[in-house]
Amino acid sequence: MDLSFTPEQLKFRDDVRQWIQSAMPPAIKEKAALDRSFDHDEQMEWHKILYKKGWVAPHWPKEVGGPGLDVTERFILSEELELASAPTLSPFGLGMVGPLIIQFGSKAQKERFLPKILSGEEVWCQGYSEPNAGSDLASLKLRAEPDGKGNYVMNGQKTWTTYAQYADWIFVLARTDASGKKQNGISFFLVDMKTPGVVAKPFLTTGNTLAFCETWFENAVVPGENIVGELNMGWTYAKALLGHERTLVAAVGRSTRQLLRIKRIAKDTIIDGKPAIEHQGYRARIARLEMDLEALRMSSYRTVAGAQLGKAPGPESSILKLRGTEIQQAAFELLMDLMGQDALSWFNPEGTIPPREESVASEHNYIRAATIYAGSNEIQKNIIAKMILGLPGT
Amino acid sequence: MDFTLNDDQKMLVDTVTNFTKRESPVERVRKIRESNVGWDKNMWRKMGELGWLGVCFPEEVGGTGGNFIEAALVLERLGTTLVPEPYGPSVAVAGLTLSNYGTAEQKEKYLPPMIEGKTSLALAYLEKNSRYDVTHVETRAEKSGGDYKITGKKAWVLNGQAADQILVSARTSGGPRDRDGVSVFVVERGAPGLKVKTVECMDSHKAALIELEGVTVGKGALVGQEGGAREILERAQDYGAAAACAEGSGINQATLAMTRDYLCEREQFSVKIGTFQALQHRLVDMFVEVELCKGTSILAMISADNPDPVERKRSISTAKKQLSKGGFLVTRQGIQLHGGIGVTDEHNVGLYFKRMQILNGLYGDEEHHVDRFMNLPSFVQNV
Repeated sequence: MDLSFTPEQLKFRDDVRQWIQSAMPPAIKEKAALDRSFDHDEQMEWHKILYKKGWVAPHWPKEVGGPGLDVTERFILSEELELASAPTLSPFGLGMVGPLIIQFGSKAQKERFLPKILSGEEVWCQGYSEPNAGSDLASLKLRAEPDGKGNYVMNGQKTWTTYAQYADWIFVLARTDASGKKQNGISFFLVDMKTPGVVAKPFLTTGNTLAFCETWFENAVVPGENIVGELNMGWTYAKALLGHERTLVAAVGRSTRQLLRIKRIAKDTIIDGKPAIEHQGYRARIARLEMDLEALRMSSYRTVAGAQLGKAPGPESSILKLRGTEIQQAAFELLMDLMGQDALSWFNPEGTIPPREESVASEHNYIRAATIYAGSNEIQKNIIAKMILGLPGT
Repeated sequence: MDFTLNDDQKMLVDTVTNFTKRESPVERVRKIRESNVGWDKNMWRKMGELGWLGVCFPEEVGGTGGNFIEAALVLERLGTTLVPEPYGPSVAVAGLTLSNYGTAEQKEKYLPPMIEGKTSLALAYLEKNSRYDVTHVETRAEKSGGDYKITGKKAWVLNGQAADQILVSARTSGGPRDRDGVSVFVVERGAPGLKVKTVECMDSHKAALIELEGVTVGKGALVGQEGGAREILERAQDYGAAAACAEGSGINQATLAMTRDYLCEREQFSVKIGTFQALQHRLVDMFVEVELCKGTSILAMISADNPDPVERKRSISTAKKQLSKGGFLVTRQGIQLHGGIGVTDEHNVGLYFKRMQILNGLYGDEEHHVDRFMNLPSFVQNV
């Protein structure tokens, strides 16, 4: 029963922390110090810096460019990046299609795609959800029909394609067989965003950002060799990659950083002549959030420690996304309350909003998505009920 | 980081688990609650023979040389069937207090018989007006020659109704709420002037209200430094809180299991009620808290022996607050999901609910621990 990190792990943490501080360009550092959110260009700038260091894909095998860190080191690295408020990298290339190609792709696909995902030269987005296929993803309808010349013709629509407006490639779950069980007729395609017939249009989120797109496919012709693995096996491959890097979805590092931000804002915000953090109500509310986060941290430590020993994820890992996203939301709700009337606008009229607070309203609105994406929390509960608690189906 | 048990710990957990199933299933609670003492001296002796009462004490006094972690592992298993013997109060609180702060003579005299299961201990540190403030002590110990004369009233003394020795906190100097000036003394059962009144707690455990009318003890009864008991009692309360977290984790797991089983058996509207999504999600909510409490119970058991007050208090308060929030949800919703039978004495789920309520109130409730957490220097460090 040991909660401590080894001296080697502590040294690694120190090294990571120091490297981050030295490697962050001044403009990014300034924004990070104020907990501000980053745009796509800043994310790519940081991507390239991490790539040069060899840390951009900590969980990739060494053979394809991973740094050969063990479970705990990867956990430490991602935690330190979150604690430093460094730009968050898009997960689609490094965290989704990359690992999928590594596990199920052909040699040619690995050689063609992996290096450019790693370097950031090619940016990816995800074509999974459709307007009528969200939680029930398997009911997706976007069709890919063979044209007799070795290609597939794609017709349909994807939605929630995050940052498709910046992407070079999109990975798509498409229906290649509509006859049998819906899960058995789905294939995994890699599609060039420049393919004629592929159009992505961003739309505004409630956070006032252009984070998402709708992406239309109109007679888009895709080469047959862009199918990953076997035809009609796409659903199986996609499921195999769920639960990847489970500890990261708890966002414990990010929420730890948010708590620091909350305390800093609470210290600077004066209510009735004294800082908000000296008011019992706010102080207790901050304390409760921090204590809840510490409880979640223990559960994520249990998962990391188990993974380090090579064990399959235990039941405690299934709560990480559930609780982690609730805590992320609670942190922003508290921030908005602390900010008082500064929370009314996301424009900064005459510089009345302190720089540290400026992106809070936008992030707070957007974070409603955390309990919805990557499997909504209600779906997570359905899965836990059946798979872990063994409750009967309807 | 490694939360796996070593072989000795695994064996200990297995032995206690089998014991709870064979010798002390939850039905035993119903039988024993009629008794005056509330637990069975033969059962205690058996636990002594099995070595469980010495897991956190050194070999010199007959222990097995482990620490609080071993005691917590035992407590968690005992919690699953609500075993009524006073493991927490006697071993984890009073026992460890004596082990950490007692004189060589006191340790030699009082720990071995307790570890063998022949005697039991208690700590009397709360009073009617103290709430959870360990140095709010109105009971006074006046110096009289080389002796101390103790006068006052102690409340809610767990195992006070049965203990052979009671560690009593009394003020040797200062005002009722001064941090300094409190001392701890070993008082023998049957000491002249000691009045012990048994009270029944809502979970059917017994406790005591103790009145000391000029109880005289010698210098040899003083535990630790005269007037310096603040540290002793803060640590004792934290051991108690960590013990509650361990026991509570066991309660959570048992409640979740029985509730799950009920949802899979009970039929209404021609289907198993476990097919209803609202009830499924409620059980998942319980599951989440069970897992969170398992994690914080680990945090507490590792932290309880930490003499560094800030780190220890931060961790123990985190864990105790999670026990309150999580344990309440698990046991309250455990009743809810059982429907009407959950509110009967006949059904076991109510017994777990009551014990959890008691654990919440012991060694600092949620408000107390949130308050303590937010007033630690660590709360605003690096801000």
